[in-house]
Amino acid sequence: MRMPDLTALLTATAVFTSALAFAAQADEVHVLNWKGYGADEPWAVAAFEKATGNKVVNDFFNSEQEMLTKIRTNPGLYDVVMINAAFNDQAMAEKLIQPIDTSKLPNYADISKDKASSPMLDHDGKVYGVPWVWGLTALAINEKSFDKPPTSIAEMWNPAHKGRVVIRDDAVEAVQFGAIATGQNINDIKDMDAVKTKLTSLMPQIKTFWSSENDWNQMVASNQIDIGTYWSGSADRAKTHFKLPVSLVIPQEGAVAWLDAFSIPVGSKNVAGAQAFINYMIDPKFYVEWVTKVGAPVSANTKAVEALPEDAFNRKVMGDPEVAKRIQFQAPITDKQREAYLALWQQLKVDVK
Amino acid sequence: MAAQTASRSGLKSALPLLAPAYLWLTVAIFLPLSAMVFFSFMTELPLSGKPWAFTLGNYAAFFSQSLYLTLLLASLRLGLEVTLWCIVIGYPAAYVLAKVLKGRSREAIFLLVILPFWSNGLVRIFSWAMVLREGGILDTALNAVLPFKINIDLMYSYPAVIIGLVHSYVPYMVLTCYLTLQAIDDSLIEAGRSLGASRLQVLKRVIIPLSMPGLVAGAALIFVPVVGSFMEPRILGGRTGTFYGTIIEDQFVAVFNWPLGAALSFILLAVVLVILAIASPVLKRAA
Repeated sequence: MRMPDLTALLTATAVFTSALAFAAQADEVHVLNWKGYGADEPWAVAAFEKATGNKVVNDFFNSEQEMLTKIRTNPGLYDVVMINAAFNDQAMAEKLIQPIDTSKLPNYADISKDKASSPMLDHDGKVYGVPWVWGLTALAINEKSFDKPPTSIAEMWNPAHKGRVVIRDDAVEAVQFGAIATGQNINDIKDMDAVKTKLTSLMPQIKTFWSSENDWNQMVASNQIDIGTYWSGSADRAKTHFKLPVSLVIPQEGAVAWLDAFSIPVGSKNVAGAQAFINYMIDPKFYVEWVTKVGAPVSANTKAVEALPEDAFNRKVMGDPEVAKRIQFQAPITDKQREAYLALWQQLKVDVK
Repeated sequence: MAAQTASRSGLKSALPLLAPAYLWLTVAIFLPLSAMVFFSFMTELPLSGKPWAFTLGNYAAFFSQSLYLTLLLASLRLGLEVTLWCIVIGYPAAYVLAKVLKGRSREAIFLLVILPFWSNGLVRIFSWAMVLREGGILDTALNAVLPFKINIDLMYSYPAVIIGLVHSYVPYMVLTCYLTLQAIDDSLIEAGRSLGASRLQVLKRVIIPLSMPGLVAGAALIFVPVVGSFMEPRILGGRTGTFYGTIIEDQFVAVFNWPLGAALSFILLAVVLVILAIASPVLKRAA
């Protein structure tokens, strides 16, 4: 009777190891996000792992297109993915992300109503994205170059700053910036020629096209630039974390606003872990720590913003109803539009050579 | 008959030696490159899950817009200028290494020449950024020495791109020229001198013709990658840093339009091959 014993033992071992393997896999939460954007902060990962027993595995992308490619080509690998709301529609249409059961996210109830009910994230009454943070692509100035912060977007065209102006090397951002400068709706640009003329006259002012926060901060640190387009969260980080003379300006003409949200890809192996992670990311405690230690955009969770000190930039300026009136949220754009914007942007860059 | 058998058995014994290299080339270069050729004739990338069809539109796009041709010419000019500067800087250095220096000092200088090879490309470019900008190392150092005030801000300009690229590629020129120069028999130079040729004549009639293969190989090794370069122009060129390579990168990274990006790349490949083909008889005669 030794043989069956052995078989039983082997079977038991096999079952046991496969259960272990399954458990190890189920306990991992694979997160796809920009690098250095909250979800990979070591203190945050440690706190989440301690509280829930899940292990966080971070992966990063450098552009929205790369993010979409990564979830298209690795089905089942990721459990949480950070998607700009303007891209949520496309991800859902390609069946890359699944509806989220918000009843499993205790913090979801505190998300501001206008963000939670955004038509970019909710489709057919189902939630495909949990609003996380929002921010602006506005202007930022080198405080050393200004006695008084400017109020108008026209400052970018001021001849006094010739050769000391920067703009991001991004066709969509550049075209939408041009739309604001010509008083148009960023999501429905009627007069593309006006945008082109306006941007053409900006090009001789430009020092360089920046592509990362690091570019911007280095140029300010070495006093090479006066003014340029910048992201609100990055300007905050430059000031609080890197102690640079940077301040954000929300021009009277308006600014481009974006909303970042978390989604769960189709085929996620650890939906419960993903839900716990997203819930942690919108938790006021995490948010306050993120703002204080690192600098961050504005949380979509109203309780989280209220937990900030009263004079905090993200509460005082970004929460100002006057600001809310001026900003325009980015809506989805089609591939055709994006290619047309890129063609326009490349033409502008060639003409200035 | 005997010769034929010998050559066949030579091939047979060479096969195990060739196989790893060719297997690697097939898997790592030929297959992805064929996939890219295939993509360049498609309307959409199959990865995106959208319906696709075959088209010549991506190649037609190159001819329908003047911007691609303008940039291609700018990139070819950049390639020529960088190659020229590499010859100007690299050839004398190679000559000194091969013919003047001996022993320890040669090893030390040789090490200095190939040192850029061992550092990461991005590190090199970012260190140039620190040197070239206004208030940077070059500006501060020159103003500390010179009695008058000068303002050096080369960063974000065409010269900055040239400087960065020449720095990255000059070791190729030094290495290829060094090998051919070293192979020149010193007695040929001595014979020329003893027969009454001036130093310049020896250089023109003996040294340069004999080292021509190295110069040509170095020039080709530099010209081809520089024409397609995108990292150096983007980081050092600023407003003027848009080249053919950077717009190909945009198609792949910014708009996920691989078919157009692939088509633009193959047009570049074709142009470079045509240039090398036209140049090869001239160069062969020279060599």
